[in-house]
Amino acid sequence: MSRIQTTFDKLKQQQRRALIPFFTAGDPKPAITVPLLHAMVAAGADVIELGVPFSDPMADGPTIQRASERALKHGMSLRGVLDMVAEFRKQDSTTPLVLMGYGNPIEAMGWETFARRCAEVGVDGVLTVDFPPEESHEAFEHLQAHGIDPIFLIAPTTNEARIELVARLARGYVYYVSLKGVTGAGNLDLSDIAHKIPQLRKHIRLPIGVGFGIRDAATAHAVSKLCDGVVVGSRIVQEIENSSEQKVLENVAKLVRELRVAIDQA
Amino acid sequence: MYNFPDSSGHFGPYGGIYMAETLIPAVEELRSQYLRFRDDAEFKAEFAYELKHYVGRPSPIYHAKRLSDDLGGAQIYLKREDLNHTGAHKINNAIGQALLAKRMGKKRVIAETGAGMHGVATATVAARFGMECVVYMGAEDIQRQAPNVFRMKLLGATVVPVESGSKTLKDACNEAIRDWVTNVESTFYIFGTAAGPHPYPMMVRDFQCVIGNEAKVQMPEMIGRQPDAVIACVGGGSNAIGMFYPYIEEKNVRIIGVEAGGHGVGSGAHAAPLTANAKVGVLHGNKVYLMQDENGQIIETHSISAGLDYPGVGPEHCLLKDLGRAEYVAITDDEALAAFDALCRFEGIIPALESSHALAHAMKIAPGMARDKVLLVNLSGRGDKDMNTVARIKGITL
Repeated sequence: MSRIQTTFDKLKQQQRRALIPFFTAGDPKPAITVPLLHAMVAAGADVIELGVPFSDPMADGPTIQRASERALKHGMSLRGVLDMVAEFRKQDSTTPLVLMGYGNPIEAMGWETFARRCAEVGVDGVLTVDFPPEESHEAFEHLQAHGIDPIFLIAPTTNEARIELVARLARGYVYYVSLKGVTGAGNLDLSDIAHKIPQLRKHIRLPIGVGFGIRDAATAHAVSKLCDGVVVGSRIVQEIENSSEQKVLENVAKLVRELRVAIDQA
Repeated sequence: MYNFPDSSGHFGPYGGIYMAETLIPAVEELRSQYLRFRDDAEFKAEFAYELKHYVGRPSPIYHAKRLSDDLGGAQIYLKREDLNHTGAHKINNAIGQALLAKRMGKKRVIAETGAGMHGVATATVAARFGMECVVYMGAEDIQRQAPNVFRMKLLGATVVPVESGSKTLKDACNEAIRDWVTNVESTFYIFGTAAGPHPYPMMVRDFQCVIGNEAKVQMPEMIGRQPDAVIACVGGGSNAIGMFYPYIEEKNVRIIGVEAGGHGVGSGAHAAPLTANAKVGVLHGNKVYLMQDENGQIIETHSISAGLDYPGVGPEHCLLKDLGRAEYVAITDDEALAAFDALCRFEGIIPALESSHALAHAMKIAPGMARDKVLLVNLSGRGDKDMNTVARIKGITL
């Protein structure tokens, strides 16, 4: 059984929701990434989405764009991210890790090599923002062959036929994008999420995570009541950006703990 | 029989719909609406009317006789897209998409622009049809193309400088996509070139094909036959595909696309993914030959011409290269500038720096050809917008 499924099964038994923080690998420096992963787990993260930096992050707002730029400036690459996962796994063999990013760095490496390396180092899922199901045949084939879960996005604009399409292909969990916009925008609509999640449940048996626009503990709490997992990205990246090198681990851990408490609240 | 794209928007291994999920329903809606109106008699009549009475089509073909005589070889003919309203071929596509936007009930249009010609064309049609218009333009290009920025503002558009990345066309595309994903229900993205997610490469090609279709009628009228080669510059490749597509089945006509060689393809500082045999990759919604580093990060390109300064190229050009039906070559900044000067002095025509690349290649091969051979160059735009750039290179302060 995959780490992602094990994690969500366990949370379900405990009647808890997953906390899924996101940050960009290599931001602000590669040396901080593995310590950050461990700090997040210690502070209560259930699954971590690790961003693979890309030169042209079209689906991201300014905060994650800047994180990508900082990471690339320090020579971060997909190879480097995979090495970081291997390093993380030396001390943590249970927390699921999902790589999230754009398709071209993977295309450049080749899907077969990438999927094999993911399995070797202990990546559990891969979310490729700009590869919709229609263009994911090759990706799907190689990820499946190596036991890596392809994670897909569903948006407020996704119609029922496409929800079914995603339901057929997705493994691990499904990521519901809670707003029309880029990451870090601030116009999340709780009533839309409350309306949409039951629609998704008609077709999707996998856990459903919700993200984009969750900027504080109160929103995380409210969203957690509607789904199986809460993804927090830009807010965490902002914390990394605003913290000094000495304080970054402490500040991010504090933020993750606050989110954890909020999500676990009745 | 050449028939691309397929129903899923692929040109062989190229093209596709590589977009974030939020936009997939929007491109699907666009595709179904475009297919509905493409063959609609009323739509076609309105498009033809606008092209004739607003753009001033058909654009003439002109025999550059003094220039040809000086070169002493093949005869160079120019398809005068520079004489279109707004000064370039971009208006053909902008009108087509604006008519579609109108039918889809969209009141707000957005666009990316490099040299500013597509931005001006979009601002123009937005004024013409009473739509709100926002144009994204790289901060560096805003410097290079100041007159076009002012034109867009005069036409009522909001020009948003893009400060991210290399501050050029690709970054303007990123920012326009971010706007679209945020305002997807109210907004029509008037994409400027024959690239991007399906249906854009097909739709832009179809709207631009008026160039090649006219030429196929005009050339026999002028010289009694089709030319020996058609030549056009290729950035994303919309003027080129508009000229080339109607000639694909004309097996005796050579098709030559001219990319921006910058400081030379060997130097690395260029924008010629086809000529340089760049690795295939995914950017801005499609899979194409793409300039990137070994880690799949998109690299900064260089060209004297902002309109060609782009790391990718339209998917249909990628396929035509693989099929061997079209040849792709590169022309350096210096060669393009020499052609620019030559056309000014020999023919009294100031070409755009983009179009100067196509002309430069014609001037390069003409002397080695017989005098009865004919090269048809698509003069895709006029050079008024390039006065600052050319003056700076010549060390002149305007």
